[in-house]
Amino acid sequence: MKPPPFDYHAPTSIEQALAVLAEVGAHGKVLAGGQSLIPLLNMRLAAPDHLVDINRVAGLDAVEAEPGGVRVGALARHAAVERSAAVRSAQPLIGQALRLVAHPVIRNRGTVVGSLVHADPSAELPAVLALLGGSVRLARVDTERDVAAEDFFVGPLESATEPGELAVSAFFPALGRRTGTAFVEVARRHGDFAMAGVAALVGLDDEGAVMSARVACISVGPAPVVVDVSAQAPDWKAAARAVQDRIEPEGDIHATADYRRHLTGVLAERALTQAAADA
Amino acid sequence: MPDLHEISLIVNGVVREVTVPARRLLSDCLRHDLGLTGTHVGCEHGVCGACTILLDGEPARSCLTLAVTAAGHEITTVEGLAGDDGPSAVQRAFRECHGLQCGFCTPGFLCTATALLRENPAPTDEEVVEGLSGNLCRCTGYQNIVKSVHRAAELLAEES
Repeated sequence: MKPPPFDYHAPTSIEQALAVLAEVGAHGKVLAGGQSLIPLLNMRLAAPDHLVDINRVAGLDAVEAEPGGVRVGALARHAAVERSAAVRSAQPLIGQALRLVAHPVIRNRGTVVGSLVHADPSAELPAVLALLGGSVRLARVDTERDVAAEDFFVGPLESATEPGELAVSAFFPALGRRTGTAFVEVARRHGDFAMAGVAALVGLDDEGAVMSARVACISVGPAPVVVDVSAQAPDWKAAARAVQDRIEPEGDIHATADYRRHLTGVLAERALTQAAADA
Repeated sequence: MPDLHEISLIVNGVVREVTVPARRLLSDCLRHDLGLTGTHVGCEHGVCGACTILLDGEPARSCLTLAVTAAGHEITTVEGLAGDDGPSAVQRAFRECHGLQCGFCTPGFLCTATALLRENPAPTDEEVVEGLSGNLCRCTGYQNIVKSVHRAAELLAEES
């Protein structure tokens, strides 16, 4: 239960970090909060030759309101994002999700962008980014690109981040007018990864009728599963059935595939009802 | 042989110089290199909370932090909670309310509770339970730990 040996790099600027990442390429791994990576190292499930610790890189911890949403820097810890007034006013779904991420002590160190890059299909934040249609900014020496959430989550623990790239920030679109959100999940123990979980986004028109309704489901596919249920709205039972038809859960030691499908249906109805009431 | 790193950590108010390989966990650095065995190591993957220390005043898992990442930062371990005049209010409350049995998880609970009360001097039951939710105890059933945190809040209020 100790990390395997690696060469350690501690850049202090983004330029230095990108230069190191370019040099070590596929043999390098970025360390930010370490709340997912260090367990993987301790259990020897990951053994990178080079670890690029970005904790000393200046300017990466910003959480800023931008036109149309909020941008979260690579070193912004979950706890700081949870406390941010800019995030609260721009997009309440982020806070609703963060309350479900592990425990407060883990949230003191873990980072939002790190969770996105880690791309765990059971994690809450990838579902938030996918549901909102956000994006991740990936930088490499001399260039950067924004990757939309739908292209970013490639598979279990696999994001579109390529060797030599650093995820420098993520953009979460703001909540629209008359739009409500909710995030509900079921975990065996408080703070554990969820057996199933659903984030919902419901938008109403001026008369209060549902214009759009979408959910993102976790732990029931290789990546967050986004389902548009605008056609079923406001019959949330029918919407839940549509969601159940779309997901492809797998059974494991924690829950059978059937149980995950059942939970996802129940949670979808609950999340959509809450989000509609919140709109 | 990977490179060794000379780092300095401010542990319980004292600057400590130490030479470690990059892969040294902060928990092992504190215990093995600095001889501070009050920080206990349980699961070594962030689940049990026994190794919780305060990093710049905020609770963090020392088993999920590399010593080299913590270089230059302030660390408080359970050994640093007591003052010159004896155990801290949180420590006295745990003693008074039987907030421990075997004591293995206690250093983590003490550090977590210390930070919790600093941020929220009068927490509700729910806030205490949420605040301690990342620490496991296999003896007490938690009831007396929750009582201890409330008692510590009273002691801190009386003493301030």
